[in-house]
Amino acid sequence: MSLDYLIVVLVTISIYAILVVSLNIVVGYAGQPNLAQGAFLGIGAYFAAVLSVRYGWSFWWTIPAAVGAAGVAGFVLGAISLRLREDFLAVTTIGLNFVVVAIFQYVPFFGGAVGVYAIPLPSIGDHQFGNADFLAVGLGMLAVVVGISWYLERTWFGAALLAIKDDETAAAATGIPVAPYKIGAFVLSSALAGLAGALYAPFISAVTPTSFGFSESVVILAMLMFGGLGVIGGAIAGAVVLGALPEVFRFISDYRLLAFGSILVFMLRFQPQGLFGEHSAVLATIGRVVPRRLGRRDAGSGPGRGPASDGPA
Amino acid sequence: MALLEIDALVVRFGGLTALDGIDLTVEAGEFVSIIGPNGAGKTTLFNVIAGAQPPSRGQVRFDGRSIRGFGTTRMSYLGVSRTFQVARPFRSLSVRENVRLGAAGRQTLASARTLAPRRRATDMTRRVDELLALTDLERKADHKAAELNIGELRRLELARALAAEPRLLLLDEPAAGIGADGMRPLARLIAGSREHGLTVLLVEHHVGFALSLCDRAVVLDAGRVIADGPPDAVRTDPLVVNAYLGRAASAQAQVARAAAAPGSVAT
Repeated sequence: MSLDYLIVVLVTISIYAILVVSLNIVVGYAGQPNLAQGAFLGIGAYFAAVLSVRYGWSFWWTIPAAVGAAGVAGFVLGAISLRLREDFLAVTTIGLNFVVVAIFQYVPFFGGAVGVYAIPLPSIGDHQFGNADFLAVGLGMLAVVVGISWYLERTWFGAALLAIKDDETAAAATGIPVAPYKIGAFVLSSALAGLAGALYAPFISAVTPTSFGFSESVVILAMLMFGGLGVIGGAIAGAVVLGALPEVFRFISDYRLLAFGSILVFMLRFQPQGLFGEHSAVLATIGRVVPRRLGRRDAGSGPGRGPASDGPA
Repeated sequence: MALLEIDALVVRFGGLTALDGIDLTVEAGEFVSIIGPNGAGKTTLFNVIAGAQPPSRGQVRFDGRSIRGFGTTRMSYLGVSRTFQVARPFRSLSVRENVRLGAAGRQTLASARTLAPRRRATDMTRRVDELLALTDLERKADHKAAELNIGELRRLELARALAAEPRLLLLDEPAAGIGADGMRPLARLIAGSREHGLTVLLVEHHVGFALSLCDRAVVLDAGRVIADGPPDAVRTDPLVVNAYLGRAASAQAQVARAAAAPGSVAT
């Protein structure tokens, strides 16, 4: 494995890590299902691609545009989410992928099936970006996204999102404005996915509609579910492990969707909070082996999360 | 002016009339227990007052204003706090964070302050600590709410509701699921919450518990008020005895039997 190849893999992983950490805001904190992160990546990437190829915008200016465009789309999804129960919301977010892909495919402005190509390399002064520069920018963006998430966890807004995840009715009764908070989570999460898109477009140098559909969203959610819902470190771990997997074991890349789909199903069945999330089997095992008590007691002393949260009217 | 005025309130769910013309006035500082058999409409009445259930007909005024179209968040800002029949804590937050969210209120949650670090809000630390002490949850303050037992969850809900410094506190069966020995401290706690002129509405299944706490009792049956007065008068009201207490007495006997047998707790 040459160094340059390694760097390419690391850039890909950092793009995924941005997507997973930002998806965690909606799914892990606010508890809203979202299978559309790939579509928000696509919106960001297309905006960056079109603005730089057709309008000659510099890479640095396409970043806020991509973030803004994906954020607006996130606002729309957030507004829709208010009217839907969780299971219907999940289906709706799946549908959003197909809507976005169809728009890219059939609106001539976006280049149809071939998409937008020959996206110029970003540059600083006279220096054109090489892969190492992409890696530096990717890690910088990841640091920003992690910083935002880390800060969010410490704000009232962050605590209120967890409260909404736990119990919307109680959250509203406690004075949390549920609707604007949910929309806020969707906007932030998708805007940061747009950030990843702004990097993706010049790095791959072409965007095609099929690069961003449902399957990409499944991959991103699988990474989050694998690593750990609601935990920044877990989200990054998921992106690193599952992002590196197809590179390390070539044959997996042919069965990528099968692998990621299975991971999603198995995680939901056996470790719904992810490997490093709450009730983590990994951490519990470490806690048992290492004398320090890392694992959390998970035997059901509390009422658990049974279906009993809705009292009779 | 009365704090809460309910006027010919009707709530229908399809063909079912849950509340059928309720008139009720509650003065500031009163402690009113609302009792009645299952399905009498007690929780529905609470849901209306808390802004969770729009009335089909009739009017509810809180502090002189009609609450039509106000949701639960808005009612909480106006000073209505509630606990739930089945405890609804924020399980992934610590006990302290639960209470702090209750204390945050409009000036934090409905403003840019929501984007500030919670640690900065030292102004509410003392109040939260006091409430944790009052509800005997200090030792559990940094545990996740998911780890509490049912009695602790009840107290946590009460602490979270009180943290908002409400003007009207709605307690929906706070003793549900708590054994007899848990009731006395809870009763003390609820009685204590009346300091500072707090107005309390209590829905309760355990009639004795409810009547011992209140200074006025309202009895609902099939969506109507069938009695309203001092607890002693209500206890002996023949209409109430017929409609409710007879059934309740036998129900309580059942509960007592169930309590004698280990492992079964009626809620």
